[in-house]
Amino acid sequence: MAFLQIVEPGLSTAPHQHRFAVGIDLGTTNSLVATVRSGSAETLPDASGSHLLPSVVRYFADQPPQVGQKARDSAGDDPLNTIASIKRLMGRGRCDVRRTGSHLPYEFAGCEEGMAVLKTAAGEVSPVAVSAEVLKVLKDRAESALGGELVGVVITVPAYFDDAQRQATKDAAYLAGLKVLRLLNEPTAAAVAYGLDRGSEGVHAIYDLGGGTFDISILHLHHGVFEVMATGGDSALGGDDMDHAIAEWILVQSGVGDGGDHHLVRQVLEMARIAKEELTTQASAPLQLTLPNGAVWQEALTRATFDSLIDPLVTRTLHACQRTLRDAGLSPVEVKNVVLVGGATRVPRVRARVAELFGREPIADLDPDRVVALGAAIQADILVGNKPADEMLLLDVIPLSLGIETMGGLVEKVIPRNTTIPVARSQDFTTFKDGQTAMVIRVLQGERELVRDCRSLARFELRGIPPLVAGAARIRVTFQVDADGLLNVSAQELSTGVRSSVQVKPSYGLTEAEVEQMLRDSLDHAREDVDVRNLREQQVEADRVLESLAHALSADAALLSASERNVIDAAAAEVARLRHGTDHRAIHGVLEQLERVSQEFAARRMNRSIQKVLTGHRLTEFSEGI
Amino acid sequence: MGITMTEAAATRVTAFLKKRGKGVGLRLGVRTSGCSGLAYMLEFVDAPQESDQVFEDRGIKVYVDPKSLIYLDGTELDYAKEGLSEGFKFHNPNVKNSCGCGESFVT
Repeated sequence: MAFLQIVEPGLSTAPHQHRFAVGIDLGTTNSLVATVRSGSAETLPDASGSHLLPSVVRYFADQPPQVGQKARDSAGDDPLNTIASIKRLMGRGRCDVRRTGSHLPYEFAGCEEGMAVLKTAAGEVSPVAVSAEVLKVLKDRAESALGGELVGVVITVPAYFDDAQRQATKDAAYLAGLKVLRLLNEPTAAAVAYGLDRGSEGVHAIYDLGGGTFDISILHLHHGVFEVMATGGDSALGGDDMDHAIAEWILVQSGVGDGGDHHLVRQVLEMARIAKEELTTQASAPLQLTLPNGAVWQEALTRATFDSLIDPLVTRTLHACQRTLRDAGLSPVEVKNVVLVGGATRVPRVRARVAELFGREPIADLDPDRVVALGAAIQADILVGNKPADEMLLLDVIPLSLGIETMGGLVEKVIPRNTTIPVARSQDFTTFKDGQTAMVIRVLQGERELVRDCRSLARFELRGIPPLVAGAARIRVTFQVDADGLLNVSAQELSTGVRSSVQVKPSYGLTEAEVEQMLRDSLDHAREDVDVRNLREQQVEADRVLESLAHALSADAALLSASERNVIDAAAAEVARLRHGTDHRAIHGVLEQLERVSQEFAARRMNRSIQKVLTGHRLTEFSEGI
Repeated sequence: MGITMTEAAATRVTAFLKKRGKGVGLRLGVRTSGCSGLAYMLEFVDAPQESDQVFEDRGIKVYVDPKSLIYLDGTELDYAKEGLSEGFKFHNPNVKNSCGCGESFVT
């Protein structure tokens, strides 16, 4: 028989109409599922009582894949078919993986367009399919614990996940048969789990160092509402990197160097992970490795050595914290609470240095591995209607500016970064040439001024623009970002109403440059970017003026005397010459000169065209219409 | 008669109320719906109704509206675990028949 849970006053459901909802933390190293039962959030254990599900999948040629601890245990024996840390490859293109994955012990299919694909005994599998296997196990666990089908789930993602990575996560959920209520940024979920929404107003920092990602989020609580002021981090930094640092140290110390095969590297990585965990409570951890030549290598890893191995990694996280605080316009002392999330924050060195930066002890009362899942469960509970919705409203931000390409390879930002979502913004654009009837809209993400320095998300065409003179058509481009951070761009020509749109389907062939790097670049190159923008703008203007002048001269050359024509031609030649230079002020100067000398010509053309219109009509015809 | 609860149920209710941070007790009720005619309700109570009958067992106040009490009198609330699933159960002496799922019943 089914069990009953206590519900909020007035929210009892009819029998068999339970609104079962769970929160899932789909982690790099471990995944969890949590739900709200009788008003309290808790993670759900499997039959053997363990809550963490290692995000590891082992594929076989002749049987269904194995997920979790058993798969992790076999990682050393069957490295090519045992896939761990797949989250790092979510939404990544094949070529990206080639570069980031050089030390990953898997075999990848060739570097072509499309998603990364891993070769296993069960054939080629995508990161989405691997993640779906993990999600299926959590779904089954939740449904047997709750005694019914799930209405929906909230899945958490790092704040820095871009559209492609978010979409890949949704695809994985769909493949696992789950309905995603929404994707929630992990730090935001952690804040909810700690009930910071019920606490005092002010600024909170969420420091989340997980297995494969680092996120720092600055949240502002005001009237019970969270606003994400800024997010930052590194989508390729986490506890795994500590393991790698230790593993490399072991390989060097033991004399194996680069000579280890897949099998040995996996074994050493596993040893490194265990040592890291032991060092949380112990002063040193014993290491023992059987070398390829049969000899046994033994050594102890001390806390001090470990600290020095991971210090560069910790420093990177602290730099990201400082940058993000700057983005939010804050200094570390203005942060009221610092919350630690993620298994890697158990490392004493991490806690000490975070405390040092913020000048206060961080909060870490809840199990740092579970807080994100708990927060997701609370959010899911609200979204399916088990709680009055006005109890909480969460705002997320977009991590990088979104815009479109304009003439000269420049980026016009439509939505600036750190804008809270969901959001819709419109901007009007126009045609560049006379009679232009189509326009290519290229959607870009990034902080730089030039298209080539930003990430291209999508491109589409708007056709059927009525042929008008340059600058007369009005094309309204609307960017819409939904609550999951997914983007929809539409363009509409306002006089005819023709429209065209694109849902930003992630182009899996992502650039290697990470958000982190893109942000840093935008600061490093701010000055030169502005110069380039000024130059390009003047060049575009020069081209436009020269083109319309050429058009006017071919139509109405008769209006000019030979000497007048010479003056204009000379000024135009000067513009054409300087247009290829790099001095935007010089171009601006000769453009003004050209405008001055051709003013009279323009006036004559206008008079003539008015005369043309009036010729053959009587004045009364016009006054009747007035 | 009235409403009672087992030690296991009382421990859970106390813990849930504490975690929730507000609420004066627990409401047990019956609604007309479900596959066998009637269905149980189990809710936190923030604002008791004047007509509520109040019972107290193991330090927990249990609120029941008079209409529901006709079907619930003598009920013992229990908390149990089966496999991965866990939650509250009603041991109700008035029940003559319940549907397979146990969520609705006939008196």
